[in-house]
Amino acid sequence: MQSTDAVKSLAPINIQFQNMANELPITLNTGKYTNASGESFSISLLQYFVSNIELISADGKVYTVPQDSSYFLIKQANPQTQTIQLNVPEGRYAKIKFVLGIDSVRNTKPLSKRTGVLDPSSYEGAENMYWSWNSGYIFFKMEGNKITENPSVAGKKFRYHIGLFGGMDKPTLNNIKIIELDLTKKGLAKVRWGSQPTIVCTADVAKMFTGNSTITIDQFGTVMGGPTSALIANNYHQMFKHKTTIN
Amino acid sequence: MRNQLKVIGILVFIVTLLTAATDKLLDNYLFKVPANFPKPSYAFANNPITKEGFELGRKLFYDPILSSDNIISCGFCHNQPAAFTHHGHDLSHGIEDRLGKRNAPPIQNLAWTNRFMWDGGVFDLDLQPIVPITSPDEMGETLPQVLKKLNASKDYPILFKNAFGVSTITTDYLMKALSQFMNGLVSANSKYDQVIRQEGAEFTEEEAAGYKVFKSYCASCHQEPLFTNNQFANNGMPMNQNDLGRYEITLLQEDKYLFKIPSLRNIMLTAPYMHDGSINSIDDVIQHYRLNMQTTTNLDNRFLKNGQIERVPLSDIEAKNLKHFLQTLTDTIFIHNPMFSEQ
Ligand code: HEC
Ligand code: HEC
Repeated sequence: MQSTDAVKSLAPINIQFQNMANELPITLNTGKYTNASGESFSISLLQYFVSNIELISADGKVYTVPQDSSYFLIKQANPQTQTIQLNVPEGRYAKIKFVLGIDSVRNTKPLSKRTGVLDPSSYEGAENMYWSWNSGYIFFKMEGNKITENPSVAGKKFRYHIGLFGGMDKPTLNNIKIIELDLTKKGLAKVRWGSQPTIVCTADVAKMFTGNSTITIDQFGTVMGGPTSALIANNYHQMFKHKTTIN
Repeated sequence: MRNQLKVIGILVFIVTLLTAATDKLLDNYLFKVPANFPKPSYAFANNPITKEGFELGRKLFYDPILSSDNIISCGFCHNQPAAFTHHGHDLSHGIEDRLGKRNAPPIQNLAWTNRFMWDGGVFDLDLQPIVPITSPDEMGETLPQVLKKLNASKDYPILFKNAFGVSTITTDYLMKALSQFMNGLVSANSKYDQVIRQEGAEFTEEEAAGYKVFKSYCASCHQEPLFTNNQFANNGMPMNQNDLGRYEITLLQEDKYLFKIPSLRNIMLTAPYMHDGSINSIDDVIQHYRLNMQTTTNLDNRFLKNGQIERVPLSDIEAKNLKHFLQTLTDTIFIHNPMFSEQ
């Protein structure tokens, strides 16, 4: 049991992720989107990990969510997962920081430290987020189809499974991305006992096709852990924006 | 100062206690560090071997319940008489799959390894079984489904309760049980071991000569007493675009076509050889090192002289003696131990 003081000083806050593709909200399978190269596509599966969350108050104090409770799998197919509920000290928060993916250390922990969304047995079928043959988590997964001009012809299937945490013996590809969002322009989060503010963020997944590198479905239909994954991760690093705060 | 000393004293005491405790866990009839072996690398403190855990792991290892069609068990590809390899099969079944393109390695002395698979892509024995269980061309099952089947079975919930005191079977305990059995598979009773430990056995003249050859040309990679240094290397096998070895894990050019240096224990029992099972006999392996090694990308330095390939310069007699030595690595007690067999 925590002391009453400790319980009182922690108050609830939500972080909500609204997934978009080119400014449009995502509807799985039926929604039609266009990437930077003009390819039309639909999305059948979208999920990614958000972890290691920190909230930074207006006066610079950092609150780190206890690590064991700081792993979240955001699934497009499950709206409940799109809002993260946290308990943090009262205060006015001006910045949030998190990892898009799973930190290296957790990728190497024994199974007893991999519970909840980190349990390799927690994923059904296509929703799998763990690579067994190259031990490590998939950080970001998006699958779908290119839409061709003739709607009766199924377009090319695309699969983007991005992971890799930097290796065990010597430095290797590391696709872990740290995201920092400044809340000052669109609204500080005022956390106090008795209210429950929500920080609303958007995640524009179409960003993965553009930025430092242009990715087309035609050229890169399937990317799983190869060198191209770094280009995609560098692109989607820019996908989050703070939209508003509901205090 | 006194207090500091006291603290240090207490620390040393605790460390000694802990070491004693671990040594005890490591020293029962199910697992003993052989006198000529180093300390194991497996984190036994998290998962000590117990009778209940070992026997449960063995039951799981031989039970096709871990596969989707309920036909294929771990033991199907890892047969005890062949030192837990898939004897006579160059590649395990399947086409496009990662496992399907590789030859099943022995399961022996795994407590002394922390890089598994030919490319070392798995770094914890407790994570290894997830590969065959979920690989579409091996056991083709999903983990949630396996746990559902186990939890719904008549005997497994009781066995897990007895082994770990848990009422629900989870990933963690499933893997711990399998690891307990696999860690118990220690092979250290070959003639070689008996000679080294001075238990009365002696090498013949040919074997002793072969041991010398081995130490000159092979032992830096196939290091005693495990007969592997647990590193990765390229030994001049023909390159195949379908399998880039260690590179597939690290994406580093210097790792292209590097494969895990396999142990040579029980080597006479584990044909065919190499990651792709492409060499059928030990004579052909020796011929490979003498004559057939190719100038590959990343061929190991030990096979290069002034940038030119230098194959292992063995005379016919030396080659024959080397084979005699390799035959001393067969551990018949290991392959016949009833504790390791399907019950
Ligand atoms: C259809 C054949 C097949 C089945 C079934 C199978 N394996 Fe394997 N096993 C292999 C192959 C092939 C490899 C090597 C794969 C590679 O290196 O990519 C391997 C590798 C291993 C290794 C790594 C050994 C080392 O030295 O690196 C272990 C441990 C292992 N298997 C345990 C198991 C367990 C436990 C099961 C049951 C859950 C199992 N295997 C089921 C074929 C199989
Ligand atoms: C530079 C390190 C190195 C040296 C030196 C070396 N090997 Fe190897 N050996 C390897 C590697 C790496 C493999 C696996 C290659 C593969 O699968 O493509 C291997 C595979 C083998 C195998 C097959 C094992 C199996 O389970 O499939 C045998 C047998 C073998 N070596 C014997 C020898 C002998 C005998 C010598 C000395 C003449 C020797 N090796 C010297 C690195 C080395």
